[in-house]
Amino acid sequence: MSTIRIQREDFDIAAECDALRHGNTGAIATFTGSVRGDGGLTAMTLEHYPGMTEREIARHVSEAEKRWPLLGVTIIHRIGRLLPGERIVLVAVAASHRAAAFEACEFLMDYLKTSAPFWKEEERGGALNWVDAKASDDAAVEKWKSKT
Amino acid sequence: MKLLYFAWVRQKTGRGEEDMALPAGVKTVGELIAHLRGRGHGYADAFSDPNRIRAAINQEHARFDAALRDEDEIAFFPPVTGG
Repeated sequence: MSTIRIQREDFDIAAECDALRHGNTGAIATFTGSVRGDGGLTAMTLEHYPGMTEREIARHVSEAEKRWPLLGVTIIHRIGRLLPGERIVLVAVAASHRAAAFEACEFLMDYLKTSAPFWKEEERGGALNWVDAKASDDAAVEKWKSKT
Repeated sequence: MKLLYFAWVRQKTGRGEEDMALPAGVKTVGELIAHLRGRGHGYADAFSDPNRIRAAINQEHARFDAALRDEDEIAFFPPVTGG
């Protein structure tokens, strides 16, 4: 069972975790990403490729479900203009035991960063700048390719 | 074909999408990039460095040697930066 949502609105982490929890759930791991206010950042605008985004995320949720015994996954990613401190993304993974939940959460986040078609444009004062992809994010994904 | 552009590729070409017939002699994503660069103006700027461009065919990531068909939806964008 998985939920994938791309939305402008904020999300409620506790409510999303409650919705994931069922009789056999022993562990829920969550990752929440937020807008950092460092370097004089005043806002960030997120754009995406509707349709492809959901497909890419769903593809990696399916892959995670093959690798680990998961009971549920919720991924929410916000788009539009966000201010420092605002939440951007939630990955929540339910499983019977913590190892699967932790590992699948990291796997999904690593692939989300390198494969889901989102782009960030930063605002610093009046200056706009598209964020460059990071080599460290590509390296994070490489570690999963050597594992089955 | 339907062409889609995102992020700074969209800003440089000046449009988010357009329809185009598959140009004669263009068989792959890489050849389409070269064709678009040859249109000049914003396109020449957007596609000046193919190393900074990523592509998708019908909403799946595609390599530059992937073959194109006239009914495809082709998207061009910078390396992704979500999360």
